[in-house]
Amino acid sequence: MASPARIAALDVERLRSDFPVLRRELRPGVPLIYLDSAATSQKPRAVLEAMQSFYELHNANIHRGVHRLAEEATEQFEQARAAVARFIGAADPRQIVFTRNTTEAINLVAHSWGRPQLKAGDIILLSEMEHHSNLVPWQMLAAERGVRLEFLPVTDGGELDLAALPRLLDLRPRLVALSHMSNVLGTLNPIGDIIREAHRAGATVLIDGAQAVPHLPVDVTELEADFYAFSAHKMCGPTGIGALYARLDLLERMPPFLGGGDMIKRVELRSFEPNTVPHKFEAGTPAIAEAIGFGAAADYVTVAGREAIHAHEQALAGYAMERLEEVPGVRVFGPPAERRGGVVSFTLEGIHPHDIAQILDGEGVAIRAGHHCAMPLHARLGLPASARASFYLYNTAAEVDTLIHGLYKAKEVFA
Amino acid sequence: MDDLYREQIIDRFKNPRHRGELDPHDYSYEDDNPLCGDRIRIDVRVDGEERVTEASFSGVGCAISQASADLLTESIVGKSLAEVRRISKDDILEMLGIELGPVRLKCALLSLKVLKAGVYGIESVETELT
Repeated sequence: MASPARIAALDVERLRSDFPVLRRELRPGVPLIYLDSAATSQKPRAVLEAMQSFYELHNANIHRGVHRLAEEATEQFEQARAAVARFIGAADPRQIVFTRNTTEAINLVAHSWGRPQLKAGDIILLSEMEHHSNLVPWQMLAAERGVRLEFLPVTDGGELDLAALPRLLDLRPRLVALSHMSNVLGTLNPIGDIIREAHRAGATVLIDGAQAVPHLPVDVTELEADFYAFSAHKMCGPTGIGALYARLDLLERMPPFLGGGDMIKRVELRSFEPNTVPHKFEAGTPAIAEAIGFGAAADYVTVAGREAIHAHEQALAGYAMERLEEVPGVRVFGPPAERRGGVVSFTLEGIHPHDIAQILDGEGVAIRAGHHCAMPLHARLGLPASARASFYLYNTAAEVDTLIHGLYKAKEVFA
Repeated sequence: MDDLYREQIIDRFKNPRHRGELDPHDYSYEDDNPLCGDRIRIDVRVDGEERVTEASFSGVGCAISQASADLLTESIVGKSLAEVRRISKDDILEMLGIELGPVRLKCALLSLKVLKAGVYGIESVETELT
């Protein structure tokens, strides 16, 4: 068995003290064990304070006022954009468009890149492991434009079937849109290689990085991603804000997304001139405090160190998989720990994932049960639903032990 | 938590009295709760006076949805269709004898939804998962 001792690269105890919610007891003597960070992460004090301090000291609308507060707010907002750009290795902060979340970022691409670029018969290549957010926008576009969707298959082991890639790229897809890391199986996809192959075949590439960016080093410039989408709330930041990274020349050529204030340079009664990149994609007053929280989250995760975070989570995933496999009736899905991030999905024979999650909740353990917004992947695995434990920098091996204890308890209830 | 998994619910889940399909039947309906993958079909036979003589359920799901389907199909035998149409959410909760949060409430009420659609004569829409 993996020794929990080797999971010690991060100073987890010190990091845990940064997260107020982790001090919570769900009932007297039952501390919160939060194993649902793939849904949304908890927030450290540094992020909460950055947002609080914005509202207490600097609150004003951005990009318009000439008064002091408006200037401070604008500066903090744009500094946050720069922090987010640095966080993923973007060469220029203008390559970061703030959106509400990953989903909106992908919809922005479908709307402003897909609609003008794609015509009937064009192919978009996706995979069978996509989150609904990287599936439904393309289905909508396909229905509207007669675009054809093709899918990179998933193996029984829960990995992309790369043997099928050459054949699918021979179809000359216009767009390849893939997740960096599966939100269900934790599978880390070799997107560097796939991007290279896709570019060679002439495709533009969008990566859904919602599960990757919070947990491992990501450098979009080195990856040569054309589009890369992610959310703040899964990386210690607030809900309501995410980002689309894109190649500058693509952004320059794309028409605006939503229309309104801030996205224009000049407006006449019957026409408008769009603003410059990235503002032409950010109509209306944005989530200013949330953007500032996003920047603070990027800095927080950077200081903790994403290599250490990834090593820690991978070790936790490996430990969890070993302990889960001890439990009679448990099936764990997906690749071995060394090819995944900190996400482990499983089933327990005879007990529905909802019942597992409910019984674990009684032990203070928060996991996710259901299809995790990836119904086609569950269909591929032949499952109506699964239970998912997902880890972040604040989780410990002792928490995995409590999870396992809870599963034995579930077996007892259903014995 | 322990309340939720009272003996009655576990017992009904593990040893359902009314699991199965009725063929032929007078009313049948099937539906799922895509959120959690629960799927239930209910078959009903009635006599000449539209009174339920037999009812059964089939499908997969969590303990709450399956126990509630078993209790519900048991409770309607002998009832007129008019009475069946009047069964409410509260009746189900009373049968289960537990309190449920909003997510689990959907599990508990799936069988009622299926039964009502059936006896109102709505045709099942095929919702294939695989």
